[in-house]
Amino acid sequence: MSQVAAATKTLVPYEAEVMGRTQETPTVFTLHLKITNGNARKRYAFSPGQFNMLYLYGVGEVAISIVSDPEDHHILHHTIRAVGRVTNGLAKLRQGDRLGLRGPYGRGWPLDAALGRDVVIITGGLGCAPTVSVINYVMRRREHYGRLSIIQGVKHAQDLFWRQQYETWARYPNTQVLLAADEGSPLWPWHVGPVTVLFEHANIDPRRSIVMMCGPEGMMRAAVKNLTQLGMTEADIWLSMERNMHCAVGHCGHCQFGGAFICKDGPVFSYTEVKELFGVRGF
Amino acid sequence: MSTKGIPIFLRRNQLQSLLDALHGAGYQCIGPRVREGALVYETISHIAELPQGMQDEQSPGRYRLHKTDSPRLFAWANGPQALKPLVFSPRETVWRVRRDEKGRLKFAAETVQTPLTAVIGVRACDLASLKILDQHYRSDAHYRARRKTLLLIAVNCTHPAETCFCASTGDGPRADTGFDLALDELEDGYVITSGSTKGKAIADALPQTPATREQRRAGKQASTEAAERQTRSLPSRNLRHALFSNLNHARWQDVAARCLSCGNCTSVCPTCFCHSQDESAHLDGKETEHYRQWDSCFTQGHSYIHGVTIRADTPSRYRQWLTHKLGSWHDQFGRSGCVGCGRCISWCPVGIDITEEAAAICGEGQ
Repeated sequence: MSQVAAATKTLVPYEAEVMGRTQETPTVFTLHLKITNGNARKRYAFSPGQFNMLYLYGVGEVAISIVSDPEDHHILHHTIRAVGRVTNGLAKLRQGDRLGLRGPYGRGWPLDAALGRDVVIITGGLGCAPTVSVINYVMRRREHYGRLSIIQGVKHAQDLFWRQQYETWARYPNTQVLLAADEGSPLWPWHVGPVTVLFEHANIDPRRSIVMMCGPEGMMRAAVKNLTQLGMTEADIWLSMERNMHCAVGHCGHCQFGGAFICKDGPVFSYTEVKELFGVRGF
Repeated sequence: MSTKGIPIFLRRNQLQSLLDALHGAGYQCIGPRVREGALVYETISHIAELPQGMQDEQSPGRYRLHKTDSPRLFAWANGPQALKPLVFSPRETVWRVRRDEKGRLKFAAETVQTPLTAVIGVRACDLASLKILDQHYRSDAHYRARRKTLLLIAVNCTHPAETCFCASTGDGPRADTGFDLALDELEDGYVITSGSTKGKAIADALPQTPATREQRRAGKQASTEAAERQTRSLPSRNLRHALFSNLNHARWQDVAARCLSCGNCTSVCPTCFCHSQDESAHLDGKETEHYRQWDSCFTQGHSYIHGVTIRADTPSRYRQWLTHKLGSWHDQFGRSGCVGCGRCISWCPVGIDITEEAAAICGEGQ
């Protein structure tokens, strides 16, 4: 042996094809992706709350949560807001276009801990994307969980997308959907105010419930405060975090939050795991 | 089979036999050489290329070399590099992708080929930092390939710089573990100890003069004296609580007013592991290269996420660096991220001293 050769295969994306695309709002779109290699597609499996790295040819990668149903691993849905260099480029992709995809990464929602309990999903803004797959997961196994509450807040009434989806969910047994907009509009039939105004309507039983939350950190901070006042224990409040991510395997250092690497230790954490620095500016 | 064997003694004029043994075993040799006023690790083929008589003078924001009459080859503390660039490349391609005329993408992992490499003149602080990098990058194929090819020849430090504080962090100045061979430099030669079977195989190819008890004692004594000469210190105990209890300390603003946020400290730090991933597209548009390169938590881009920069100002960046290095590092690696090499002090253009900042924030008594 005079030398050693090796390749970082685990960091290399698969090719994926855009099978469909939905424009959700003027800036938010959903890509329906299929891994083109049949074997890789068959091997691919994810759990709700995990994410993929999507790669735009010649531009770069971005971490995006998977919104589709984990049982349908043939087509992976990613809902994306066009805001940066990569996401603005991804917004231009159309059916038949190719991109790179690697994953899934991270620790998802605590599905086992939630068994038999009331599940309270709280989201703000585009924050609902990482929870859609867990909602679908619970819907498919409705009898294994108690009451499902879907509580979503948006800034402006026109920011709400998946309106039909919410209406469908609301018709499921033992399920309530509560929506609020900071700023309403004439045709807004739901609440007006911060998402926390919904908590009093939700009749959350703090001993039976487990909370899964995603959204802006300011909103999540307010929600934690309200929930603990209702009697929820911090260990039963779970939230999905996001930070800059380049490698997604805990090596590049960008997503560090105190001692946690959000990409591999999270992105889903119990509030007790992150409370020390949660909401502290600069972390 | 014992990996240790009996320490042997080589006179300085016999040291070439070590290089010859390494070359004979297929290793390329890397050792300290003077480049642009600093000691850097470069390929060496002859002992005459080593920095005989050179001594370094380091203080906050200052690094100078000067030539003395000393016959010694390792009468200095360290240069800006540790082992980090040898295992964690400053920039390297991770994968490539080709796009055909139909827009189909073909991804290919990049293979690194690393030759067997012996490093002469490794310091105890460098070995300590390598253990941390080993832990961090244990699942990274490129890192592991490079790491596997290394043969590490430590030279116990006898001339700590004013900026050194490895004795206080428990990482030096004597190399205890992690080396293949360790040398004690005496006025007339070297006591050579094996630390692994790989190292022992090299030692067996050298002239076999056993080191005398006096020579071995002199080597150890030099390490003790080197530790005693260190004036700076950083507590080896966990500063996590002290730092995270002081996130609003006025000193963060104070140090940030001096800090240029240039990232020199993170470049020379032997344990800083942050890197970014980026693209380099060929001009014909048919191929692009996905590469990674060293990044720093002092840059604007490090904390960027969808239109927001989490750490937009210098106080928050310095605080991120220090609370990580001396605080949350314990969560990740079970020890502090500082090995006391003092590089961040010397190579800081404005001379910010990590030991001083830690003391100011955590309290003088620490």
